[in-house]
Amino acid sequence: MLGIIALIIDGVLIGSVYGLAAMGLTLIWGVMNVVNLTHGAAIVAGMFALYLLTSGLGIAPYAALPLILVGGFFVGVGLYWIAVHRMIGRPPLMILLSTFSVNLVVIGLGTAVWGTGLFNVQVSLPGITWQRYTFSGTHILAAVLTAVIAGSLYLFLYHTRLGKAVRAVANNREAAELSGIPTTRVLSLSFGLGVALAGAAGMLIATMFPFTVLAGDAYQLKSFVVTALGGLGNPAGALLGGVALGLVEGFAAQFMPVSWTLVIEFVLFVVVLIIFPRGVFAFTRT
Amino acid sequence: MNTAATGAIVDDRPTPILRRPFFWIMALVIAAFVAAPLIGDNVELRESLLLAAVYITLASNLNLMLGYAGYINFGSIVFFGLGGYISVYLISALNWPLAAAELAAGIAVSLLALVFGLGILRLRGAFFALATSGINEGVQAFVANFEPWGGSAGLYLPTTIFAPLGGPMRALWVIYFLLVAVMGASLYLSYAVKTSKFGLGLMAIGQNEDAAVVLGVPAPLYKALAYSLSAFLPALAGGLYFFKSAFIQPADAFDLGLSTEAMVIVMLGGRGTITGAAIGAYLYEELRGFLLTSQTFSNFQLVVSGVLLLVIVLFVPGGLMGWIYGRWPRMKQVLE
Repeated sequence: MLGIIALIIDGVLIGSVYGLAAMGLTLIWGVMNVVNLTHGAAIVAGMFALYLLTSGLGIAPYAALPLILVGGFFVGVGLYWIAVHRMIGRPPLMILLSTFSVNLVVIGLGTAVWGTGLFNVQVSLPGITWQRYTFSGTHILAAVLTAVIAGSLYLFLYHTRLGKAVRAVANNREAAELSGIPTTRVLSLSFGLGVALAGAAGMLIATMFPFTVLAGDAYQLKSFVVTALGGLGNPAGALLGGVALGLVEGFAAQFMPVSWTLVIEFVLFVVVLIIFPRGVFAFTRT
Repeated sequence: MNTAATGAIVDDRPTPILRRPFFWIMALVIAAFVAAPLIGDNVELRESLLLAAVYITLASNLNLMLGYAGYINFGSIVFFGLGGYISVYLISALNWPLAAAELAAGIAVSLLALVFGLGILRLRGAFFALATSGINEGVQAFVANFEPWGGSAGLYLPTTIFAPLGGPMRALWVIYFLLVAVMGASLYLSYAVKTSKFGLGLMAIGQNEDAAVVLGVPAPLYKALAYSLSAFLPALAGGLYFFKSAFIQPADAFDLGLSTEAMVIVMLGGRGTITGAAIGAYLYEELRGFLLTSQTFSNFQLVVSGVLLLVIVLFVPGGLMGWIYGRWPRMKQVLE
């Protein structure tokens, strides 16, 4: 019984970070109807940014978070102008291909520079012990920071003028444009935000688990599963979906080898999409 | 197509197949593939053309989904890898002859693709694309854990396996001609689908799926059929390819790089065109040969593929054939 509670708590902690990653995906999806296949690459970039900042420049691990958020934002805005802007209004197939090709370039560069071996960032943080179980400090802090970032995103979207503009563009781009909102700038801003969130999630994941250059695909998949669970364009649903996925993963790991996790997630993805095309946690919508 | 207005074609009856120029162009290409390496017993050319034939097979069949129906299949390599696994297993463990093993692999993979396709047929656009990459992950995880297929270590064929084909030297030629036959079948399959009502339905799905459904195209069924159809010949190619190397393991069989390359080829040549898939494959094979031998670029193959794909998608979305059609519109009547 105690074991199950411990499993649930850890699943919630890890799952919230998956939720953060998915928020980046779902924000872009909801605002500009673009399926961003550079998402996995952005997560990996966050991981390696942490690795470089800590081992190269000697910055404390958690001090890297704001740098990664800001850097990710600017990279995202740049990506929007390079790979996405020309594709707006073209068939969705073309956006999938263009973001996929950027993903190839990033992963290709990463593989050429770092190879495909395992990397690890040492974070020494005391855990919290409860009965026989110890909850790792990195997991707890990752969940807390996720809550802070998600809260800030909420404040931005619902209590600032710019956030209101983002929601207006998500609702109806033409109407927003007619009301005098510079929609193109809002789109690039949203893409930047989405990439920044993905990078931050990658950084937090890197404090918890070892990672490789090729890890992006698996985490991108998790984000898609979470998005399917939470409903498209729904950041609050993404957080709940992330927690649900964290729990599923925690329990699945008890019964089968880890290499099957991805398969289970994919089955979940397809089943959820077919049974709940609008998402399981889609009761609110931005 | 309103060709009557330009006065080019007024007669709407279809031209008999043997009087269509494209039918003979394809036959010429296949004949060239057969004849070229035979002249002077050129083994080096044969190996390079063998790879081109594999690329053309993969790209032509991917084109059924990506080009005609407008659906990305990220996991097209699954067909190739599974075909390889099934036939290598049948040959090594059950001592089946090559032809029977090939046929069984092709049919099994097609049926499996139909089952998968029917499972994910209700998904559209990006979701379908993601589900196809999930199938790749799923199959790979299954194979890596499946003991009869050697798990992650893979399967080996003994060298005596080439004896029925007349020894290793002759066997390589036999395999090459069989692969060229598979390539030819891929070209004719693409052509047959393109000129059929089924192909018209796929094209309609690619243009506007909602409109196609309203007009009576059974979109989910057509997508599943196209997915299954595009599995058969790549499975045969995979069977022959891994029979040739006498060795198969998950990392080679399900190399996502090859799926990606097939997509680059289709986009390079021109989505939805048969000539484009073939020329794109040949050009890419040449480029790849150059990149692999170049010291600077061999590490950056993925980057080059990515940049190439991005440039095509951004600036020449019609690919090579789109450019040719734009320059010489009359080519549309000759090249498909």
